Amino acid sequence: MTEIKKTFAIKGMHCTSCVFMIEQSLKSLLGVKEVSVNLATNKATVTYDSKRVTDKHLEDTVAGAGYQALLNEGVEKEGDDWKERQRELKILRNKVFFSLILGGLVFWGSFPGLMETAPWFLKNFWVQMILATPVQLWVGLIFYKAAIPALKHRTANMDTLVAIGTTVAFFYSVFITVFPNAIRAIGVSANPYFDVAAVVIGLVLLGRYFESRAKAGTGEAIRKLIGLQAKTARVIRDGKEINIPIEQVFSGDFVRVRPGEKIPVDGVIKEGESSVDESMVTGESMPTDKKEGDIVVGATINKTGTFVFEATKVGANTMLAQIIKLVEEAQGSKAPIQRVADIVSSYFVPIIIMLSILTFIVWYVVGPTPSLTFAILNTIAVLIIACPCAMGLATPTAVMVGTGKGAEHGVLIKDAESLELAHKIDVVIFDKTGTLTKGIPEVTNVVSLGDLDEKNSLALAASLEKGSEHSLAEAIIKAAEKDTKTEIFNIEQFKAVPGHGVEGMVGQSKVILGNRKMMKKEKVSFEKFEKDIVKLEDEGKTVMLLAKSEILTAFIAVADTVKESAEEGVRMIKALGIEVVMITGDNARTAGAIAQKLGITKVLSEVLPSEKENEVKKFQIAGKKVAMVGDGINDAPALAAADVGIAMGNGTDVAIEAADITLVNKDIRSVAYSIKLSKRTMRTIKQNLFWAFGYNVILVPVAMGVLYPFFGILLSPIFASVAMATSSVSVVTNSLLLKKSKL
Amino acid sequence: MSLDKIIVIIVGVLMVGITYWFFLMRRNRVVNVTGSITIVVSGGYAPEVISIPAGKTTKLEFFRKDSSSCLEEVVISDFKIRKFLPLNEKVSIDITPMKKGEYLFTCGMNMFHGKIIAT
Repeated sequence: MTEIKKTFAIKGMHCTSCVFMIEQSLKSLLGVKEVSVNLATNKATVTYDSKRVTDKHLEDTVAGAGYQALLNEGVEKEGDDWKERQRELKILRNKVFFSLILGGLVFWGSFPGLMETAPWFLKNFWVQMILATPVQLWVGLIFYKAAIPALKHRTANMDTLVAIGTTVAFFYSVFITVFPNAIRAIGVSANPYFDVAAVVIGLVLLGRYFESRAKAGTGEAIRKLIGLQAKTARVIRDGKEINIPIEQVFSGDFVRVRPGEKIPVDGVIKEGESSVDESMVTGESMPTDKKEGDIVVGATINKTGTFVFEATKVGANTMLAQIIKLVEEAQGSKAPIQRVADIVSSYFVPIIIMLSILTFIVWYVVGPTPSLTFAILNTIAVLIIACPCAMGLATPTAVMVGTGKGAEHGVLIKDAESLELAHKIDVVIFDKTGTLTKGIPEVTNVVSLGDLDEKNSLALAASLEKGSEHSLAEAIIKAAEKDTKTEIFNIEQFKAVPGHGVEGMVGQSKVILGNRKMMKKEKVSFEKFEKDIVKLEDEGKTVMLLAKSEILTAFIAVADTVKESAEEGVRMIKALGIEVVMITGDNARTAGAIAQKLGITKVLSEVLPSEKENEVKKFQIAGKKVAMVGDGINDAPALAAADVGIAMGNGTDVAIEAADITLVNKDIRSVAYSIKLSKRTMRTIKQNLFWAFGYNVILVPVAMGVLYPFFGILLSPIFASVAMATSSVSVVTNSLLLKKSKL
Repeated sequence: MSLDKIIVIIVGVLMVGITYWFFLMRRNRVVNVTGSITIVVSGGYAPEVISIPAGKTTKLEFFRKDSSSCLEEVVISDFKIRKFLPLNEKVSIDITPMKKGEYLFTCGMNMFHGKIIAT
């Protein structure tokens, strides 16, 4: 029995009897062991024997009960959270308008220098109280609602500070308005501060509104990715093409895609060919030609042809779903640099409350007259100006924008720690085969020596190699097949000579293809061309000699060619002042030739796969931070050992276990891009932390009045609320600037 | 020094002491969880400290009742989780701590904290 547990969404539930019905019908299925349906989350969790129960069984059973099971809903529905946030934002905006209008009127009627222009009724304290009361008790409820439950937990936050500050201002003013003589009796002029209470609430909420809007921008990358998925698929079932929601596509379904359409899920082309724009998912800028047997990625766009593909990955297993999951995980992770902010923010608000009490004591006891007024206003200013939010937002918003920007360019960063580490890299070690090079040998030179021209020499060699299983044979056949007019020679008496080459008969002539040993064995003279052969070998190429009737007719050079992006990619890393090293199992001559072509001076050749990890460690022992770039499969131990493991994307699997960064675009230039992105993100984080800490460290003492004895400077609570509102908005805005930065 | 100033000093110092004791000297009750638990998000997290078995999956259902934007997200960074918590809706998060130890969960702005103790 193969028992598996699956959780899937169910559509159409609205009460507990729905839960009961679905549970009963699923339990009645043979092979189902446990069922749990949750009304709150609209999800069912079923434990069943996968040999007896299929997705289709589950889907049909739920459908039979009158509901819809969404078994492959791997990618979230576009913007559910987004809509909820927008709704909350709209409510907040209305409250901001309301409080700023009423607060503005109170301010007009009470601020010295401005109040002279105000109509008489606005100067009346009772009118000011009537205007300020809904702001304090209705709009300000948002702060009480957050502060009171927090106090129950013996914790405090931003809302606690604003609630205390505005409550003190409001109720002091109410007391003055209702009992003006009581306050005059102790020698204090009866001036209320309704403007402070109302305007501070309005401005703090205005700041929160802008901050929420800006914060929404930090998660834009995920929203864009979610928005990429196709809604429907044209599936061929029982010989008919039907349009069905993407959630109902199963692995093994045949799907037809027409020109201009979005490919719904991942799969392999079974019929037809086309050109596909994969830029939105992989960041690869050029459209890729696809034919039978090629992999297609869901959410990419079919450009020209029509094709049918077999779905291989659906729901949460598609490349897009994996990318979204990886980016979401990275955005939920914590950068080590955040630790300082964590420690500070856990003590911050209680310390501010204590400082505000001390401010009151000092101003009341040693302050100038009217000391009570000074004490109250400065206490409120301390409570209002403190901005713990900026510290809390400094790192995560930059990490969110940084990882999102990476994903848009085909660079998937595993977590914030990897993003942070990448900016410290001193050395980048590249694995050669499959990373810097294509990993597939290609014919690079055909030199004709006799009566056969280059094309026919290649055709003859390819005809001979048809019977061979050698990896170089594949390169020759592929090169010959590029030319559709290639003549096919009929080879008889084919024979492979291990370690030497191959031979056969074309008509009456004996044809041989192989290395020097083969030529010597067959007594073919090649010494005259030795210099030319060695020259090609010095370039890291393998040279095969072709002879017909004991006369050398051509030689063919085969090599693993470098990727188009490799040379520029290496140059870009070097431009960052980072050392580039190539590591390979190849011999020194082949490795050296490739390295020279790419401008790499340090080469570690003849390194066995198992030794690569040790080579990485040697650099680390020397005190260097190492990034290892490989394919993620053969180099897994070396990638894991490196400070930052960078893997080239492989098919449609993006979650490469050993890698900290996965380059789904398979572009070497993205290594430099990742490092630059890390540097830029870290710069933003440091700027944010500097601003957030600096802001509080400087302005809290100013609000306490430390500058008053020297310069007579005090902060009005209204100015404090403007500064506070601007503080967190500026941190988030700075993070958003990262999105626009050119890397 | 006048009497009112002496009273302000005494009451003020007492309030500083009370603030310190109230916010910074609190101890949390640890709630033992097996299987699943609903964590109410309102002015913080209730329960705030939970103990769960290491090596097993525990379902945490966050139920946000607080409209404060500070609490609209929950972050469990050790498990790379950052989730939006819609108001008055339960959001399930499965976690499987493979190692014994303490894991923090916080609000999106890192102002409110809770703790998961894997034993």
